[in-house]
Amino acid sequence: MTLDPATLMPVGVSFEAITDIDFWISVGVLAGIYAIVALGLQVNTGFTGIVNFGAAAFMAVGAYSMAILVLEVGISFWLSLPLAMLITMLFGALVGLPSLRLRADYFAIATIAMAEMVRLFAQNARGLTGGNQGLFCADDDPSNCYANSWRDVSDSINGFVENFWSDPSSLFPLLLVIWVTVGIATIALVYLQKTPWGRVLRAIREDEDAARALGKNTLLFKLQSLAISALLGAIGGFFLALNLATLHPIDFEPLITFFAFSVLVLGGLANYKGVAVGAVLFWFVIEGTRFIDLPDPPFTETRIAALRLAITGLLLIGLMAFRPQGLFGNRQEMVLGE
Amino acid sequence: MEAGQVTERAAPAVGEQVGERLRRKPWLGAVGVIALIFIALVIGEGLHDVAQTGLNGLSLGAIYALGAVGLTLVYGILKLVNFAHGDFLTFGAYMAYLVNVTWGAPLVVAIFWAMLMTAVLGIALERVLWAPMRAKHAGLLQFLLMAIGLAFLLRAVFQWFWGTEIRSLDVNTTSSVEILGLRIGQTELIVVIVGITVLVAVGLGLRMTLLGKRMRALSDDLELAETAGIDTRRVILWTWEFAGGLAGLAGVMAASVTSLYPEMGFELLLPIFAAVVLGGIGDAFGALTAGIVIGVMTEWSTLIIDARWKTAVGFLVLLTALIVRPQGIFGKAKAI
Repeated sequence: MTLDPATLMPVGVSFEAITDIDFWISVGVLAGIYAIVALGLQVNTGFTGIVNFGAAAFMAVGAYSMAILVLEVGISFWLSLPLAMLITMLFGALVGLPSLRLRADYFAIATIAMAEMVRLFAQNARGLTGGNQGLFCADDDPSNCYANSWRDVSDSINGFVENFWSDPSSLFPLLLVIWVTVGIATIALVYLQKTPWGRVLRAIREDEDAARALGKNTLLFKLQSLAISALLGAIGGFFLALNLATLHPIDFEPLITFFAFSVLVLGGLANYKGVAVGAVLFWFVIEGTRFIDLPDPPFTETRIAALRLAITGLLLIGLMAFRPQGLFGNRQEMVLGE
Repeated sequence: MEAGQVTERAAPAVGEQVGERLRRKPWLGAVGVIALIFIALVIGEGLHDVAQTGLNGLSLGAIYALGAVGLTLVYGILKLVNFAHGDFLTFGAYMAYLVNVTWGAPLVVAIFWAMLMTAVLGIALERVLWAPMRAKHAGLLQFLLMAIGLAFLLRAVFQWFWGTEIRSLDVNTTSSVEILGLRIGQTELIVVIVGITVLVAVGLGLRMTLLGKRMRALSDDLELAETAGIDTRRVILWTWEFAGGLAGLAGVMAASVTSLYPEMGFELLLPIFAAVVLGGIGDAFGALTAGIVIGVMTEWSTLIIDARWKTAVGFLVLLTALIVRPQGIFGKAKAI
């Protein structure tokens, strides 16, 4: 193998991306979506001690229910949102009912299998989900798309924003709504965690048998924990759908769940406020590959994608080996020890 | 003791007797269910089609079974759910690709190279990753996420060196053999023969050799085995070598009968998990049987549903097995 002198040149740092506000907004949108999903995982894994590897399925069920309700059933976008949340929460409870009795490692396997079932369904039930072609607008009426109502709102938000910022980014309203949601969800969860209900969740995490001996119906609490993460997953799914503007089964592969897990463990287990920080840091690192002006050979597009996968993998391995509690987690609260 | 108990009770109801027998030998029930499915399919679709799809399923089943043996031993002995096991298969397949296609050596050489390299990978990871983590008394979540991270890292390496293109090994994909009116591709036939031979050898080895007995002892109770004077560290290394080698072989087989791409192994992982759970975790014989059963059932399903849905069979078996009988069906009955 001969070495091309061009590949040996020092790697340059491109400052184009740093000043590109649209780039930062798109990173912020991704970070916000994953923060919402990871908050759900925090409820499950951080506070209830159930390792849920099916977050991508909750996002898929939420996003597809919303799109199908708008496009096939023909109800309004705003009505479809609460309905899709309800459907996803029921789905979460339905999944949890048989599988929450399992040991932690079996539960993890069961949830990842369930998530792959959902993806297989989205791929193959073409009449309903559009299969691999994706789902965007209704077949009979190409002007009827699920994101239409959101576009109107988005335009009116930007109409207001124009008073302060001429020519705002088209993604800015989405960013705004997503991070407001992250804030509300974080505050609500911090509050919920301080209630007696939240303390029972932690009791289950610490010692489920003891919680049961105190007369708590632990299965019911674990189901509620799963339903909350399903709700947050569905909301993350809505935002993902609005960001993508076309739903594909590939957008809900298991990798998505583990992006959310990376966000979670980077921010720290058993700490709701850390999730947002973890999300921003994680996506900063992943998208940061764009700062560095990597020369095309050897850095083809596939290889840059491989690099992101490698960063995610190394981050998970490194954190678990050296700092399993993450940045803001509490070592004493990590009782997934045994 | 069993016979005495049954006669002592005052004429137990037939249903109760059957239930008792099923609890003791759960695989009897499974064999019954499979026989019923077989008969129903033969009546509905004809013996020829059922036999033909069953034959197709054997090569898939052999791949699942080979993957499952290693995974179940590691799971049983180390209580480690190795989510990177599927990527071990992919690793073996790319190693074979390197020798067979890039360097142009015969496939037989490539197979041995793939098995060797995957075994080395297994041992290396045990040394640098798993053993130190066990020494730290890491928790379940740490092991799970670490295995997932490892799976991503391996996949990133494949993607870096070989890209996302779909590749194939230098095997004969056109000629086929006819036996008793059933047609099977030459490569598939070789996969089935090699697969079954290796599986039988593995089964006998686990039962007959001292190492096999030690592995099973560790799988039953690691601390007890250590107290009994078994050098557990050595047996664990052998287990990884064994798991890696078989995964490498399974990967080459999968790449021979289908195609090779970075996600190949991950897509095989869930049916392999299904074989592990159905067989009873830590039970190599159970995993062997369950792997073949799932492979055959997957192909049988194409007789009644669109082939696009056939991957669902593995998932359904996995979920059903987890929910109905997480201690496994084909393995020996034990409570968990």
